[in-house]
Amino acid sequence: MRGRSLLNGLLLVAGSASGALLLRRRAARRRERVDLYFDDGSMMSLTEGSPDAEQLLPLARRVLEAARA
Amino acid sequence: MDAKQALNDLREISSQIGAAVLMESDGAVLGSTLADGSRAEALAAAARELLAAADRTRRDVAPDALTQLEVATLEGSVFVVRDGKRVLAATTSPEPTVGLVFYDLKSCLRNAQSEPPKPKPRRASKPKSKPPKETGDAGP
Repeated sequence: MRGRSLLNGLLLVAGSASGALLLRRRAARRRERVDLYFDDGSMMSLTEGSPDAEQLLPLARRVLEAARA
Repeated sequence: MDAKQALNDLREISSQIGAAVLMESDGAVLGSTLADGSRAEALAAAARELLAAADRTRRDVAPDALTQLEVATLEGSVFVVRDGKRVLAATTSPEPTVGLVFYDLKSCLRNAQSEPPKPKPRRASKPKSKPPKETGDAGP
């Protein structure tokens, strides 16, 4: 009986942890970002909050607005 | 293939593309998926501004070293692809298949650049008689 409740508890903890991980991954994917690709093959990823991204994101929103208008 | 045909093909093959505009690097619009010309101009101007700002992010490379970009926002994504003198900008819904969109945009840009072969210019007819050579006295 005690062993069974321990197993249930462990399953609950494992389920919560994997759920939290999935949510975190999904949230990370939904974050706003800028990816720049250069002719030498290099790539630069600017995440939300960086000064360059904060400059480029409003400009991208203007492009989206112009496409929708 | 002209710009309009290349953009039509792009819309056909890629369901993820919302709007797209093809322009010269100086901003002159060559074609667009938008019906209204003024909207296409506005989209091109906004995309050009974005590209110019993105060009300034890395100072250790040439200004036109940036070949493509994606800006992902919660409302949708903006893609810009540049090849030589032409720039193609497009918008998509949120979370697009990035690799596929870039592939389709680059194909469109390549198709738009492959101009049909121009007819060879006609040879200028040869002058019937050559002008007489000047014969200068070489020595005293």
